[in-house]
Amino acid sequence: MQRDRTSKFAQNIGIFLFLAPALILIGIYIIWPIIMSFNLSMFEWDGVSPQKIYIGLKNWKDLLHDSIFWHALGNNIKFIFLSIIIEMPIAILIAVLLDRGGKKFDVFKSLFYLPMLMSSVAIGVLFKYIYDPSFGLLSGILSFLHLDFLNQDWLGDPNVAFYSVVAVICWQYIPFYMIFFIAALSNIPHELYEAAKIDGATQGQYFWKIELPLLSPSIKTACILSLIGSLKYFDLIYVMTEGGPSNATELMATYMYKNAFASFKMGYGSTIASAMFIIITTAGVLAYFATKKNEG
Amino acid sequence: MGSIKETKKWYFIFLAIWTLIADIPFLFMFFTSIKTQTELLMGNTWQVPKQPTIGNYSTVIQGSFFTYLKNSVIAVSISVILILIVSSMAAYVFARMKFALNNLLYSIIIAGMAIPIHVTLIPIYVLTNKMKLYDTIFALIGPYVALSLPMSIFILTEFMREIPVELEEAAKIDGCSMFRLYSDILLPLSRPALITVGIYNGTYLWNEFVFALVLTSSPQKRTLPLGIWDFQARYGSDIPAIMAFLTLSLLPMLIAYILGQDKIIKGMMAGAVKG
Repeated sequence: MQRDRTSKFAQNIGIFLFLAPALILIGIYIIWPIIMSFNLSMFEWDGVSPQKIYIGLKNWKDLLHDSIFWHALGNNIKFIFLSIIIEMPIAILIAVLLDRGGKKFDVFKSLFYLPMLMSSVAIGVLFKYIYDPSFGLLSGILSFLHLDFLNQDWLGDPNVAFYSVVAVICWQYIPFYMIFFIAALSNIPHELYEAAKIDGATQGQYFWKIELPLLSPSIKTACILSLIGSLKYFDLIYVMTEGGPSNATELMATYMYKNAFASFKMGYGSTIASAMFIIITTAGVLAYFATKKNEG
Repeated sequence: MGSIKETKKWYFIFLAIWTLIADIPFLFMFFTSIKTQTELLMGNTWQVPKQPTIGNYSTVIQGSFFTYLKNSVIAVSISVILILIVSSMAAYVFARMKFALNNLLYSIIIAGMAIPIHVTLIPIYVLTNKMKLYDTIFALIGPYVALSLPMSIFILTEFMREIPVELEEAAKIDGCSMFRLYSDILLPLSRPALITVGIYNGTYLWNEFVFALVLTSSPQKRTLPLGIWDFQARYGSDIPAIMAFLTLSLLPMLIAYILGQDKIIKGMMAGAVKG
């Protein structure tokens, strides 16, 4: 009995020591910051002066009437739909073709993965020059094809900039979803194809009757990933346009960054961050239950 | 039979077109990096350089490129080592120990995977300043390790739960301590999961931008993604030099990818597989 109790005690100390580093780090860098963010949203503060001015819910009231914030949220939502509509069909199509091609098409896979190896910053800088209207690659290709009239100020024109940036992000993420679907397709048992072949199925029937239905759980997961990713996107847009021209490419994250670190409005920046936290967590939970319900 | 061959030809053509879309930007980057300013401005942008030069590369190397590279290597490798140690210790407890708070603590940590990191950015900036760590490598390591823990602990715990307990039970009868069970039995058996977690966090942190942007300011302390950002701000008009910088910064990842293609891809996907 005595021995049991001491070993139980030793075990509890062991558990505590093994968990302590993780719990301390998560406490300091995740849990405390979330609480702090909501707390800071009640203050007016430039981030430097020792004096923080308590203003209650004023920042939150301002946020409700801040047309730039709502415009940015609108851009985030537009961005969700565009990226799902563009990325998913292309990624699925390529994955299906690669899967059907078998080993012979493996060289394509490696070539398609390349965009995944580059950081968002590098991609952003690269495409800034690809989009340059006078000496960029795009204008060069358009003039080579005698399509000069299509050339424009891709990142400088507020009506075009958002779509130019979204196109780059799709270019960046299609390989990711493509691998995702290739992995899912490789899990489809080959007997299914054989059976369909005996029944004389056409290539199109393969796709609509076997591949697409069996991919649907993966498609749902990919859509949730894309949804959450689109709500918190920052890097590439900040590098390419900093949210401009005239807020045309503004997202919640770029607007938060600019308020906090360019205008030194830490309190208001924290309000935007806290609002993002509420929006993204709610969207994540809703999307999670929506897909669970369908499966059940 | 002929019709299947015919369709495969169409598959091939479509995939070839996609190859152009996916890879032409890289060719543009590389070709521009070995052009002179004059050739870029005079000729067609999509043309192959007529007189290739490595001058742009020496401009980049004489700048701070290697300082940025060194900082990236230090920040990422220290972070990944700490992530592996801290998360495997926690995962061992969650996978194997029975105690009252096990499920509750595990759920709280796993919920951390859904947290948008931007909500932590301003408080972490304030905290880093208070701890006098601003503009040091250590400013990055704290948040890098902590923010990677939920996903890493999740992957490792799920993996360790699948490892049969018999080995440990035999060792326990021999009087093995908790630390020895962890270090001599669980860790070696978890190698595949540790590699996946290492690659996932390594590639993610190698490209991390926003925390490095906010928590550092001098070139002596910044990582490679920030190096790109600083370099293009300073050399804005020297496009060939910027393209040389981009090409060089892609090389480490490209080499890693060529060496361990399958493992790298699996590691990159680790974050998505949680379903």
